[in-house]
Amino acid sequence: MQTDLPGTFFSAPPGFGWLVILYIFIGGLAGGALLLAGLLRLMGTAEDRPYIRIASYIAFAGAVISGIVLIIDLAAPLRFWHMVIQNHTGLPMLKWWSPMSDGVWILLLFGFFSLVASLEALAVDDHPRFRALRFLARPPLVMFGAIGGMVFGLALAGYTGVLLALTNRPLWADSSWLGLLFLLSGVSTSMAALLLFAHWRRVDSPSSNDWLARFDTVALVLELLAMICFLISLGGAVRALLNAWGVVLVVGVIVGGILVPLVLQRRPSHGVVLPAVLVLAGGFMLRMVIILSSEQIHVSGVQVLR
Amino acid sequence: MGTRALPIVSQSAAQTAAQPQSSGKQEPMGFFTDTSICIGCKACEVACKEWNQLPARGDGGAHLEMSGQSYDNTLRLSGDTWRHVKFVEQFPEPYEGRWLMMSDVCKHCVQAPCLEVCPTGAIIRTEFDTVVIQSDTCNGCRDCIGACPFGVIDINHVSNTAQKCTLCYDRISVGLEPACSKACPTDSIQFGPISELRQRAAARVVQLREQGESRAHLYGADPQGPLGGLNSFFLLMDAPEVYGLPREPKMPSRNLVRGSLLSTFGAIVMAGVGALTLRASRMRDVARGPREDTSRAD
Repeated sequence: MQTDLPGTFFSAPPGFGWLVILYIFIGGLAGGALLLAGLLRLMGTAEDRPYIRIASYIAFAGAVISGIVLIIDLAAPLRFWHMVIQNHTGLPMLKWWSPMSDGVWILLLFGFFSLVASLEALAVDDHPRFRALRFLARPPLVMFGAIGGMVFGLALAGYTGVLLALTNRPLWADSSWLGLLFLLSGVSTSMAALLLFAHWRRVDSPSSNDWLARFDTVALVLELLAMICFLISLGGAVRALLNAWGVVLVVGVIVGGILVPLVLQRRPSHGVVLPAVLVLAGGFMLRMVIILSSEQIHVSGVQVLR
Repeated sequence: MGTRALPIVSQSAAQTAAQPQSSGKQEPMGFFTDTSICIGCKACEVACKEWNQLPARGDGGAHLEMSGQSYDNTLRLSGDTWRHVKFVEQFPEPYEGRWLMMSDVCKHCVQAPCLEVCPTGAIIRTEFDTVVIQSDTCNGCRDCIGACPFGVIDINHVSNTAQKCTLCYDRISVGLEPACSKACPTDSIQFGPISELRQRAAARVVQLREQGESRAHLYGADPQGPLGGLNSFFLLMDAPEVYGLPREPKMPSRNLVRGSLLSTFGAIVMAGVGALTLRASRMRDVARGPREDTSRAD
């Protein structure tokens, strides 16, 4: 008779699957990208323009994909608008104490700021169709767009972990560290994605690459510390990871996605592609392990006794 | 079990208590489920499905699903099973053991986790202090499923919305008793005003303990307990976990402040580290002197 199970093991899995994993991964990556774009807008030089442009496009594409994925994932997708407008009254729908409600508004505002950032990048780079939008490059608007983008980018990267913590599911609700862990992972994956896209587009600014490598090192070290805190805070619920998912977490996420990239970054001869791909793969596997290892647990009274 | 010695809920009393008043909040209503007299007949399951027009498991025809691991073929509450009689089969030896039966249902928590997290406002508290999902508002985001500590809610694949017991809101609003308690042949499921049910449940525990059932206890009857008490509470004959119930169900919001603060702290740190490393990088560039732009921008 297993009467020592943590209380979260008696809830039912909500059926979060690959679409939710994809959203949490892309949302974190896109949020981090707008943070990078904002920092470079406020403090960068002309050398950073290609990076600002690529980061802005990544953020906007991520916002669009996130919205589509979230709508498809609903059991009644045509009612997606019930998240923002009360269907009975027509008034705005916001429950600040519900992270899912907050997340809808965060994603909407993030989409706005990533669109503005992308349009500004197109206008500044003298794209013929967007010259009329050059007013977006005026300092007050750049400041507003950069700060707004950074705030909602970081919020998008972190709120998903808080959303999972505000359930009663194993692992998710057994720790308060998931939001921080996802945020740090989102920022590190965004840097990996930016370096990869810059490499693909043959943009090579040593100064920008140097900054991204240094920033990424700090992000990966902090992510490793947050991971350790998360695992310790789980207490008895860590038994949910004493299986194949735990192996994936250790080998794929901690070793492959954090430690190996940290070592490779110390040796520039390996280039940017391998560490960036490993960071992206580790970030995706982190979401996969957290979601699916909890989803597989469904205890009923009968099963407890067997 | 001697239940006749106790005052049994009279249907007329329950109906009187549930009669809608002219306006405003009614007296809190709920269920008291006495598992010591449940015989596992599943009449409550059938009555619930009939009244609420819920489909059977499987295709509802010749291919009904069998669990293959228990005499219980329902196994759990779901979007189309709002009452479930659990069969807890305790047989450590082949010829020695006991059965525990428990008719499980939504607990209609006084502080409801599902209601707390619902992002569309689909989940509401009624004038009877029960918790109901408005099917025309729910969009199936499934946040409430993970939030419920009891695993009660699920998606109904006919409506594609989250669904669960409504405590027969349509029946009690017109003074009728819920279908399950009406059908229960042993009065294991009793419906009525919560205050009255609590008194009856306490007396039943005393009676069982006097008969030597030392493990008999109430689950969810204490208004000072977890979730502010449950409007659908139980008399259990073993530990809650044996019935698949958490010992101390909690609100999802217990992680709200700490989780948000940690994330906010992390966000500030990342923005600060990003700015500091970028500034340091640019100062190194200045110290190195002007450099030819190596960008081969697209």
